[in-house]
Amino acid sequence: MSLLEIKDLHATVGDREILKGIDLSVNAGEVHAIMGPNGSGKSTLAQVLAGRELYAVTGGTVTYDGKDLLAMAPEDRAREGLFLAFQYPVEIPGVSNMYFLKAALNTIRKTRGLEELDAFDFLNLVREKMKLMEMDQALLNRPVNTGFSGGEKKRNEIFQMAVLEPRLAILDETDSGLDIDALRTVAGGVNALRGPERAMIVVTHYQRLLNYIVPDFVHVLSEGRIVKSGGKELAIELEESGYAGLGIEDEEEAVGKV
Amino acid sequence: MTAVSEQIGAWVSEFTRQAPVAPWIQQLREAAFQRFVDLGFPTTHNEEWRFTNVSPIARANFPVAQPKLSEPRPLGNGPESHLAKYAAFHQNPFVALNTAFLNRVAVVQVPAGTVLEAPIEITYEATPGAAVHPRTLILIGANAQCSIVETYKGEGRYFTNAVTEIVAGEGAVVDHYKIQRESPEAFHVATLQAQVGRSANFSSHSISLGGALVRNDIGAVLSEGTEATLNGLYIVNGTQHIDNHTVIDHAKPHGASHELYKGILDGQAHAVFNGRIIVRKDAQKTDSKQTNKNLVLSDEAVIDTKPELQILADDVRCTHGATIGQLDAESLFYLRSRGIGKEEARSLLTWAFAQDIVDRIKVQSLKDSLEGILFEKFHEHAH
Repeated sequence: MSLLEIKDLHATVGDREILKGIDLSVNAGEVHAIMGPNGSGKSTLAQVLAGRELYAVTGGTVTYDGKDLLAMAPEDRAREGLFLAFQYPVEIPGVSNMYFLKAALNTIRKTRGLEELDAFDFLNLVREKMKLMEMDQALLNRPVNTGFSGGEKKRNEIFQMAVLEPRLAILDETDSGLDIDALRTVAGGVNALRGPERAMIVVTHYQRLLNYIVPDFVHVLSEGRIVKSGGKELAIELEESGYAGLGIEDEEEAVGKV
Repeated sequence: MTAVSEQIGAWVSEFTRQAPVAPWIQQLREAAFQRFVDLGFPTTHNEEWRFTNVSPIARANFPVAQPKLSEPRPLGNGPESHLAKYAAFHQNPFVALNTAFLNRVAVVQVPAGTVLEAPIEITYEATPGAAVHPRTLILIGANAQCSIVETYKGEGRYFTNAVTEIVAGEGAVVDHYKIQRESPEAFHVATLQAQVGRSANFSSHSISLGGALVRNDIGAVLSEGTEATLNGLYIVNGTQHIDNHTVIDHAKPHGASHELYKGILDGQAHAVFNGRIIVRKDAQKTDSKQTNKNLVLSDEAVIDTKPELQILADDVRCTHGATIGQLDAESLFYLRSRGIGKEEARSLLTWAFAQDIVDRIKVQSLKDSLEGILFEKFHEHAH
C-alpha cells in the first residue's frame, strides 16, 4: 500500500477551480518532484495536502497511511508525520523559534507514543540539526521567522523538518530565493533525511534544485492536472526544451536557468 | 439632575466626617470638594466620557476607607510644594474627589543624582465594600534614575480612585509601571500625571487586567529635549469595560514621544482608547508616534479608538495609527501545520500579541511574573 494515494483530487479557491483531477501515488522511500509553470496548481496541491482551509476540496480522495487525510485537521496531519516546508514561511513576532519548535516536537512525539524531550535533550538535538543546516544558533531565540532573510527562512523550514522527522515531507518551492550556496546547504539537509521510511514531494518550478535533490519520479503539472510523469530524466528534458517543449505555456521562459 | 445631587449628597456626609488635618491640606480638600460638587460625576454627554458610563460608580455609595500606610510620617516641605499641582482637580471630578479625601500620601523622593538599581514597589490593596482614594507623589531629582511599580488589587466589590503625580527633574530617567489587577467586580478610576524636565526620559507602562469598569487617564507634560514613552496593555473579557485616555503635551521643542497601546478583547468587553497629542506652538522639532492595536477575539466585543492630534507648531513629525483585527489566519495555519492544536495555536498567538508590550518592561522580576500571569490567562482555554 502506498503511503500517499491521491485520486481525482479537485480543489477550488473562491469559485476558481485550481486542481482539476490529480492522481498520484507515493511510496515510502520515494522522492517525487512536481514541476510546472506558475499557476499550474503546484503550491495549491502542497497546501491542500497540509490542510489549508483557504482551499475547498470539491472532489476526489487522499489516503495517507490508510487514513482519510482530507478528514484530518492540519495539526493531526502533522502529528501523523506530514510536513509542509512553506514557500513563504510565516513571521510570528512574539513567539520564539525555540518555544515553537519544542511545543511542536513534543506534541508530535506524544502522538508517536514517545516521551516529551526535556530542555537539555531538546537543545542537544536542536544544536546538531542547526549545524547540519549551517544556521546561526542565535536564530533559536528570535521570534519565528521574524527579521530572517529569505534564505534564513528557507533554512529554518528544513531545520524544522530535520527536528520533526516527518514520514511525508512536502517541499513547496524551497529553492525560490536561495543563492547557490544556500541551495546546496538546504539540499544537503534534505538529502540527509532521505531514507526508506520517508517519502518526499518536491514542488519546484525549476530543474536546478533537482540537480541536488535527485528525484525518483518527476511529474509535470499543467492547469491543475498531471500531464506527464517519468523518471529523473524528465526534469532534464524540461531543462533543455522548457515547458513549451511539452506544449505548456509558461510566463517565465528561462526554465532551468539559474 | 436630582439623581446627580443625591449621589453627591452621600459624599458630602463622608466629606464632613473626615478627621482634621494640617491647614494647607484642609484648604486643598475643601477647594477640591467644592469643585467636585460643581462638576458632579461626568455623563456620556461629556466628550471626555462619551464611551464610559460611570453611573454604576455614582450609584454605588461606598463608604470612604482611609488608607493605611505601613509607616506614616508627616509630609515634609518637598511634597507641600508639589502635591495637587499637576493632576488638575478643576477639570476631572475624580481627581477632585480624590483630592477632597486627601489623607495619607505615598511619597517617593529620590535625591538628585541618585541611581536606584532596584525598583520601588507600591501596592494598593483595596478594602472590600469601600471607596479608596490612593494618592501617590513621586519626586525624582535631576539626573536621578529609578523605576516605580504601582500595583492595584483587591477582592470583592469596591471603588478605587487613584491619583499619582510624578515630577521628573532635568536629565532624570524614570520608568513607571502600573499593574492593575483589581477584582472582577471592582471599579477602578486612576489618573497619572507626569511633569517631565529638560532632557529627561520618562516611560509609563500601564497593564490593565482586572476590574469591571476601568478608566485610566495618563498625562505627561514634556520639556525641551524630553523623551517620553507610553506603553499600555489591556486585556478584557466578559462584560469588562476599560477606557484609556492619554495626553502627551509637547510644551517645548525637540521632544520625542512614542506611544504603543495594545488591547485584547473577548466576550462582550468594551475598550476605549483616546490618545491626545498636543504640540504647542513653541515645540518645534517634535517627533511623536502613536499606535493603538487591538486584537478582537469575539464578535460581540467593541473597541472605540480615537487619536486626537492638536498640532500648533509647523516643523514637527507626528504619526498615528490604529488597527483592529482578528488572529492572523496564515499564522494559525503555520502553527497548526507543525502539530500545534488549534486552541493552543490561538492562545500562543494571543499571548505573543501581548508579549510585545511585556518585552518592553525593564524590571526583570515584573516581566517574569507578568509573563506567567499572561501565559496562564491564555492557556486556560487551551487544555
